[in-house]
Amino acid sequence: MEVFVQQLINGLTLGSIYGLIAIGYTMVFGIIGMVNFAHGDVFMVGAFIALIFFLLLSTWFGWALIPALMIVLVLGMVFTGLWNWAIERVAYRPLRGSFRLAPLISAIGMSIFLSNLIQVVQGPRNKPVPPMFTQSVPLFTENGYTVAIGYKQIAIMVITVVLLAVFWYIVQKTSLGRAQRACEQDQKMAALLGVDVDKTISLTFVMGAALAAVAGVMYIMYYGVVNFSDGFVPGVKAFTAAVLGGIGSLPGAVLGGLLIGLIETMWSAYFSIDYKDVAAFSILAIVLVFLPTGILGRPEVEKV
Amino acid sequence: MAQASLDAKPAAQPTRFERAFKDAFIAALVMLGLSVPILALRAEQNMSNEVILIPRPWLVVICCLIVFVGRLLLGLFVFNRAPGAKPLVETPSAVKTAWAKFAPYAAQVGLGAIIAYPLVALYLGGPQGAIKWIDNFGIQILIYIMLGWGLNIVVGLAGLLDLGYVAFYAVGAYSYALIATKVIPATFPDLGVWAFWICLPVAGILAAMWGVILGFPVLRLRGDYLAIVTLAFGEIIRLVLINWVDFSGGYAGISSIPRPSFFGIPFNASESGFAARFGLEFSPIYRTIFLYYVILVLALVTAFVTIRLRRLPVGRAWEALREDEIACRSLGINTVSTKLTAFATGALFGGFAGAFFAARQGFISPESFVFLESAQILAIVVLGGMGSLFGVVIASIALVGGIEILRELDFLKAIFGSDFDPTQYRMLIFGLAMVLMMLWKPRGLISHREPTVFLKERKSISGSLVQEGHG
Repeated sequence: MEVFVQQLINGLTLGSIYGLIAIGYTMVFGIIGMVNFAHGDVFMVGAFIALIFFLLLSTWFGWALIPALMIVLVLGMVFTGLWNWAIERVAYRPLRGSFRLAPLISAIGMSIFLSNLIQVVQGPRNKPVPPMFTQSVPLFTENGYTVAIGYKQIAIMVITVVLLAVFWYIVQKTSLGRAQRACEQDQKMAALLGVDVDKTISLTFVMGAALAAVAGVMYIMYYGVVNFSDGFVPGVKAFTAAVLGGIGSLPGAVLGGLLIGLIETMWSAYFSIDYKDVAAFSILAIVLVFLPTGILGRPEVEKV
Repeated sequence: MAQASLDAKPAAQPTRFERAFKDAFIAALVMLGLSVPILALRAEQNMSNEVILIPRPWLVVICCLIVFVGRLLLGLFVFNRAPGAKPLVETPSAVKTAWAKFAPYAAQVGLGAIIAYPLVALYLGGPQGAIKWIDNFGIQILIYIMLGWGLNIVVGLAGLLDLGYVAFYAVGAYSYALIATKVIPATFPDLGVWAFWICLPVAGILAAMWGVILGFPVLRLRGDYLAIVTLAFGEIIRLVLINWVDFSGGYAGISSIPRPSFFGIPFNASESGFAARFGLEFSPIYRTIFLYYVILVLALVTAFVTIRLRRLPVGRAWEALREDEIACRSLGINTVSTKLTAFATGALFGGFAGAFFAARQGFISPESFVFLESAQILAIVVLGGMGSLFGVVIASIALVGGIEILRELDFLKAIFGSDFDPTQYRMLIFGLAMVLMMLWKPRGLISHREPTVFLKERKSISGSLVQEGHG
């Protein structure tokens, strides 16, 4: 029981990170029907941007931890958003309306480019950050094992919930969200009714990247280390989460993220830590084959 | 600007130069924003293991300048060209007419050049110098040509986007490695010299079986989802190879894999070795040249089978499937067997290539079968033009050869300083090339698709009119 509760907490933390990345996949797929393969690497770039700003603020300007992190969160969202905006502008927008595999291949190229760019400009070695928020709140003790929830775990979950509420509000209540949902249904009709389709799609990419940047901040906060190759596997897992939850659905992405996080930690705790990525990839295959619409997704009608 | 004055536009309109300048300025600003955190500061661990930041303002300035100048030139000379600049009817240029005359013979000339290549290299470089050119360039490129042709069956002909093709390459390599190092010495020690020739078909068949096994679950999927599932399968096989240490040796891989023999005569310095039998002086170059011709023959078999299969009902079913799956089904084509044969045939050649790879390297580990390899093979097929055998050759030479050439560019060190390592940039350039290629020619270098079956007259399909890869 005590191990289970502890793993539940860890899994939910990890799942929050996956969920935030998954939203980027699900929003982009929803609006232009494309698997943004480079999104995992955008997350990694976001983590690096956060790392550099954090070091800049804490070591050069000597800021305290909490204000530094808050500024880092905002700057990371802005700059990662700019990156994804530029990526969409350069690599995806000219291919809109081209044959359907072109954007996917372009995205694969972008993914290789981003991870190698970081390798070249930041070096191939792991970048550690000093541990932060090491304290934790003990919940209960059973069989001499204390179940505890770390401050950073609390912070991650709280930030995730707050951001979700904000994004939910944007998509459901603002004119931008309305434009997004209109483009999702029919881009041509939306354009005829005066929606700036290009701008809406760009902003969707920026929003997805901003959430990926937050996930990046959490990732370095949680693991204390980041590497140029860290984008691929979390990216695939987050994509799995997006599909599991039902691609195109915002709450689905988070639900899928939490499930994937839980499955991964439970698998590591009860079966084998070596095969945890095998488990994640197997779930991806199983979900895509047997449950392609996901838990909260709408079934797609095949049109001839 | 001369061009600007030629435009007969009202004075209030910004001139072309002004527009291009403004555009370039914005692009440079974006570049500044992109580069500020990532390029301007490098996080590096110092002696006492603290992460410190090293500022590099010049890099940012240089990048912004490059973007500014590049965008300005693009804006002035490529984009926003005045209408009417392009003639309506393109007059064939001298290059195009020359190419049209040469094109029918291109295959023969190319094949002749490929067959003569190791001998020319041997003549020019001598036994010592030629090894690098035959091994690093010749064999390496031919392996990728073969993989490209194998994947071409799945992606180019049947239109099934497979991102996990490297899994079959791995199955072939591990089949050969395990059978040759464990099974054959234990059961048939006399057959040691024939190991490669026995295992080659076995490796291919095992890979084809895996092609069917992995093909079954993805029969219902199409497009992006199919791509992602095949990627997942590729990763699962690699992760199992890493973690199942008893079976595959884990990260350490399998070493001292027997090298192929000259049909029973080993390439070694002994009395019964190849050099002694044929009265030659012993040199490793003979093995390299032999390996070159082995992979050449394997690759040509792949091409031959592909060309012949295209004329069989199954090949036509593949092409029909690529163009429209629903139409296929309504015409009574069995999509299950069509898809599975495509997967199996593609995997078969991947398995052959894998067995050859293991025999050539003498050592394999899961590191050789990462997703990047799949992406590289896919890039070759796509850049070459899906379905085009000749395009795959050009793309392999350009991509693999280009990457290998980067290793040779020592003179760059003289320009950029001694700590400049051009090989560091190869995957960076590779990724960028993939994106640029898609922007420039989304359908690849050789992008026309001629139907193999036609009614009354041959009509070429205009690439932009038909939605390919729909199935």
